[in-house]
Amino acid sequence: MPHKVISLISVGRHPQSGRSRRADQDSRAVELGLKLAGTDLDVVHAGNSEEPVLRQYAGMGLPKVTVLEQTESADALPALSSYLKAQQADIVLTGVRAESGESSGMMPYLLSEQLGWPIVARVADIVEIKDGEAQVLLALPRGQRRQVTVKLPFIASVDNAAQAARQSAFGPGLRAKMATQSGSTEDDSVRVNWSEAPAKARPKRLKVVKAKTAADRFKAATAKPQGGSGKVMKNETAQEKAQAIFDLLIEEKVIR
Amino acid sequence: MSDIIRRDPRAEWIMRNRLHPLHDQYMSQEEGGEVRGPSGLIRKFPHKVGFIGPNGIKRIDRLKGNSSAPKGKRSAAAQEVQLPLHKVENPDYYIMVVPDMVGGRLTGHDKDILGLAHKLIAEQGGNGAVVAVCFGEVKEEHFDTAGVDRVLHIEGEVFEGYAPEARVQALAKVEAQYTVKHWLFPDSIHGGCDLASRLAARLGERPATQAWQVNAEQTVSRGASASLDITRKTPKILMLLEECADAIDETRHEATPMTLDEVSVSAATIKDKGLMAVDPNAIPMAEAEFILSAGNGIHNWDQFHEAAKVLGATEGASRVAVDDGFMPRSRQVGATGTWVTARVYVAVGISGAIQHMQGIGQVDKVVAINTDAGCDMVKRAALSVIGDSEEILAELMKLAAEHKQTSLSDQAEENSNAA
Ligand SMILES: Cc1cc2nc3c(=O)[nH]c(=O)nc-3n(C[C@H](O)[C@H](O)[C@H](O)COP(=O)(O)OP(=O)(O)OC[C@H]3O[C@@H](n4cnc5c(N)ncnc54)[C@H](O)[C@@H]3O)c2cc1C
Repeated sequence: MPHKVISLISVGRHPQSGRSRRADQDSRAVELGLKLAGTDLDVVHAGNSEEPVLRQYAGMGLPKVTVLEQTESADALPALSSYLKAQQADIVLTGVRAESGESSGMMPYLLSEQLGWPIVARVADIVEIKDGEAQVLLALPRGQRRQVTVKLPFIASVDNAAQAARQSAFGPGLRAKMATQSGSTEDDSVRVNWSEAPAKARPKRLKVVKAKTAADRFKAATAKPQGGSGKVMKNETAQEKAQAIFDLLIEEKVIR
Repeated sequence: MSDIIRRDPRAEWIMRNRLHPLHDQYMSQEEGGEVRGPSGLIRKFPHKVGFIGPNGIKRIDRLKGNSSAPKGKRSAAAQEVQLPLHKVENPDYYIMVVPDMVGGRLTGHDKDILGLAHKLIAEQGGNGAVVAVCFGEVKEEHFDTAGVDRVLHIEGEVFEGYAPEARVQALAKVEAQYTVKHWLFPDSIHGGCDLASRLAARLGERPATQAWQVNAEQTVSRGASASLDITRKTPKILMLLEECADAIDETRHEATPMTLDEVSVSAATIKDKGLMAVDPNAIPMAEAEFILSAGNGIHNWDQFHEAAKVLGATEGASRVAVDDGFMPRSRQVGATGTWVTARVYVAVGISGAIQHMQGIGQVDKVVAINTDAGCDMVKRAALSVIGDSEEILAELMKLAAEHKQTSLSDQAEENSNAA
């Protein structure tokens, strides 16, 4: 039985020009979804169906995009969670953080809490799905990968380490169907009280010297940051020297 | 012993008073003292003035006995300063900080957040305590100077490794058991952000993410891929960016352990299968954790590549090795190459030119293998080995192969025991 895979997409923002574009992580989620389900992939957006960016996603080879029609200030969560429940999805793919709006990255977690499904964060790849369990690779810092298995159905947020999205074709994107349904009408009541402004540059942290005496201040201003040098091994045998290095590597856990 | 130079008024007085019975004795201690000629004039013997300093240069002491502190009283080692202890008894509320503890130690990011927690307590008033909630292995020894009033170490096999579901259940239990005013998490890829989001969803709180300016009333956080500043009331759960506040450095804290009642953890739906072996050379060099770097002191290149493979290290190179065509340009470390952030950097036959040193500024531990004990790399290194690179790499490879053998046979034994 093929699995029902749903990718959630949002409107991205180009980091330099600020123009709307297909969001990087979301398009990777679509790419991963295409790998798992082919064109049976259901791609869902909660928002405005007239949004031109949706055509960029559709240009990745999608016959249709499902849009839960709602206004910009409405909360996307109720609409999405009732849609996912109705569709009996097996795997839901999202980005880690949206590129517009609050970009808190809470959406997949809230969905997981509401639906009672597990969530795996920062997925690099879904290797295989077998016996109601999926084998998932998580992206860790420093290029490391962790393998986990998770029961279906689950929600996965896709990391930048996942396979990059294919190019979007303009014509097929224009021809794709927008299947609209009505979304939620609840406004996000908390957000109304926030004030938003373009981001200010963060001040760089200065190195503050808390010296009590003039001599200490002088030392802090002139001393080289270099501490005393470490252990030097000169006259030992090559074997002992290598052992010392090896012990350090084991202690730092870079050799397992 | 203190570093302060003390005057000895008695010695000064004796030296001024030529009639004092001890005058001669004190003057002879002082080199270049007064000598009166037959006519009563003060004579100076220029060759006797001064003394030879430790670096072989002649020094003249013009303090004239004002520094007559007994020699050797000035100890070289600066005294360890005992910071004042900040005590919190019977706190009314707690601020929970869940640090990343990468490698079992507090990161700089964690320490900034502990500093912020104390700032919040100072602004809100009341008797609050900062708690560090840790899971898994803890190697940190300096909780007290990092500003931790209480340590809540949640131990148990279910919380080891990758276990976000079990951990969030434990955190929810903490919330139920203690009066928690705020939950502070680092907004990091080391798991802080994941855990915070899970907890926020579980408790039904709306968190502030990527927060960078926080006080008791207001929080400024980034939104829309860091192009927007959102100002709002400070929520209960905060995920904080780096440098959100200054770390604690003027006080010592109790760091007394706290306990948590038994947590009943439901069966995990996510099962950890361990870390994958990744090709170390496929990791971008700027991110690699362990780099074996080659310089002009490598003569056997096949052996070097072999060593990197056996040790599982990412390869790096100095500019000379690249210019000579032994390594690709993309592997160059330094000012005109890549700036690396490795935890361990093994420099084999690299002298440590400043252009190279710039590239390894953020490295934690440098190991140098070099024939020249006086080179700059040896000064920077935590461990330096003086010797021929080829010989030492050969020994290292032998050790690594042995280690692999024993760990494999250990595993086989475990498997056969389990079966
Ligand atoms: C504008 C500019 C930019 C530069 N940018 C960079 C840069 O980005 N990165 C960079 O690396 N360099 C850079 N350089 C070059 C830099 O100044 C040095 O020339 C270079 O780093 C030296 O490389 P090295 O240490 O491998 O070679 P050397 O200085 O020749 O050092 C070789 C070392 O190997 C030791 N040795 C020799 N034989 C053995 C042996 N058998 N076993 C063990 N040890 C042995 C020697 O004692 C010596 O310490 C730059 C220079 C300039 C002018």
